[in-house]
Amino acid sequence: MVQRELKKLVVYILILAVLVIPMLGLAGRGFQAKRAFLTLSVFAAILVLSFIVKMIRGDEPKIREKGLIEQVTDRIASWPKVYTLGVLGAFALLFPAWANNYMIDVAITCLIYVALGLGLNIVVGLCGLLDLGYIAFYAVGAYTYSLLNLKLGLPFWAALPIGVVLGMCCGCIIGYPTLKMRGDYLAIVTMGFGEIIRLVLNNWNSLTAGPNGLFGMKKAALYYPSFGGEGGFSWGVWYIKSLPALYYFILILALVVIIGVRRLDNSRVGRAWIAIREDETAAELSGVNTTIYKLLAYSLGAAFASVAGAFFAAKLSYTNPNFFIFMESCIVLCIVVLGGVGSIPGIIIAAFVLIAVPEVFRELQNYRMLAFGAIMTIMMVFKPEGLIPASRRRRELHEGEMAPQEETD
Amino acid sequence: MAEPILELKDVHTYYGNIHALKGISCTVDKGSVACLIGANGAGKTTTLLTVFASPAARKGTITFNGEEIQKLPTAKIAARGVAQSPEGRQIFPKMTVLENMEMGAFLRTDKAAIHQDMDYVFELFPVLKERRHQLGGTLSGGEQQMLAIGRALMCRPQLLLLDEPSLGLAPKLVETIFETIGRINKEGTTIFLVEQNAHMALSVSDYGYVMETGRIVLADEASKLLTNEEVRKAYLGED
Repeated sequence: MVQRELKKLVVYILILAVLVIPMLGLAGRGFQAKRAFLTLSVFAAILVLSFIVKMIRGDEPKIREKGLIEQVTDRIASWPKVYTLGVLGAFALLFPAWANNYMIDVAITCLIYVALGLGLNIVVGLCGLLDLGYIAFYAVGAYTYSLLNLKLGLPFWAALPIGVVLGMCCGCIIGYPTLKMRGDYLAIVTMGFGEIIRLVLNNWNSLTAGPNGLFGMKKAALYYPSFGGEGGFSWGVWYIKSLPALYYFILILALVVIIGVRRLDNSRVGRAWIAIREDETAAELSGVNTTIYKLLAYSLGAAFASVAGAFFAAKLSYTNPNFFIFMESCIVLCIVVLGGVGSIPGIIIAAFVLIAVPEVFRELQNYRMLAFGAIMTIMMVFKPEGLIPASRRRRELHEGEMAPQEETD
Repeated sequence: MAEPILELKDVHTYYGNIHALKGISCTVDKGSVACLIGANGAGKTTTLLTVFASPAARKGTITFNGEEIQKLPTAKIAARGVAQSPEGRQIFPKMTVLENMEMGAFLRTDKAAIHQDMDYVFELFPVLKERRHQLGGTLSGGEQQMLAIGRALMCRPQLLLLDEPSLGLAPKLVETIFETIGRINKEGTTIFLVEQNAHMALSVSDYGYVMETGRIVLADEASKLLTNEEVRKAYLGED
């Protein structure tokens, strides 16, 4: 046993070295040997320590030990919901009080991706349709708001529903011709669709200003009745401009999306989507109109992305086609897969992990994507069902531990 | 003379350019059990799927309760009271047994009656009740077959289409399944059965059709088909 553990230890340290040395060592200023090896030795020390602890504890009963991530997520999952939600809610509310602007900005981006991830989850997670061009709907939302605001002067709240409807139409446009497609073919078509939207935005100079992008959009505003002033009653306008305000705004939007997706998940519609994912023929024979439900999945997914896009454009007051490259679609898909397909809490956590972690590694410049790739690979090898598997998949993997829910019926 | 619940008249179905059904005509009488037997690739499954317009018939008419249904979309046909337990037990593997059965009742809104029907299915197949929180994909082959039939029953069909219920099951289980099919029929559901196991199928049926390469070559009362010289040679493996 000692020998085997020792071998493991060496292998782990080697893997760590391969990952850490280039990631931390290679920086803009050249090779930072000191930093790389210092970090490596700290990690290695932890491994050695855990090895020693294991040796001292000796041969405990040989049950498969749960990994660290699994332990943590299991613990969280077994907490009473009220506490978890209370702690998370309090944290989310108080976050701007102590965080600096940079952190709030990152948090806003994370929340945008939460909305995107949950929207894509409808299409990929519930309905089982692999969509690689999802970011196109985000672009539709962003550009619809930008154009309506710049050309027609429409305020955010008037442009938002138009953007949502347009997004849903685009969802149907991509959905209809691909109704009979599955798997790889569908992925290729949706990928093409995403690129088409981006290229149109890039080349339609007269409307979208091409690669220069559009700028100068007004922020979203809140209106309040104001009784002072010369003309007596009027509407006061308060633009959502400061970072904390934007943070609370996107927090509310994300909450609406979370509640919406949750309700969909538990509804008849959600059940029909899952049935389509599981077996399309059988779903159809059970009376599910697969055409309508698939289009519904596409258009609802697109609607969520569209809302996120409009917010994004309003926040930056700037948009350009390069925000909507294929890589973005991939990241959103990674969020869904990493979080656990179909799992709402999983996707929320994954959005924070995937968006915030590259920010943490920001000083490594291009190498931060290496960290991203490493995390994805490690996750898929060791926890393929995602960070917090949806209860459905959990049940699948932990068959014996499931207690029957209702004994009398 | 009993009135027909399902009637196919000169039905032609194609898969792309492949002419799968070349003019099928058959009737299923209300309250009876009819069966369709024949070799692999004869078009039995296609016939059942054509009733559900998946694929739809390119020519000919299909009437259910006196109304033509061949032009309706699949979901609408299901809504009229036809249910199908598809070939190869296409259940939803990642839904529990209970959820699978709820999917069968997808089009219904009468909660109390759904509950009642669920109890009925559990009574027909007690093993499903034991396993109701288990995922469909973890059931054994026979249990999955029971689940497929049970799910089809959950929409309280007037007509139940069964595609190869004996496929891949142990002989003892086949007997149980066929006994249950007989019981479902006695309790008022008309059944149209597709089978390889000709002997079993004919012995529970009132009327039988024999298919060969997309055509019906023989149609008679089941008891007569059982003693028919040709059928015995070709499908019952007797000399």
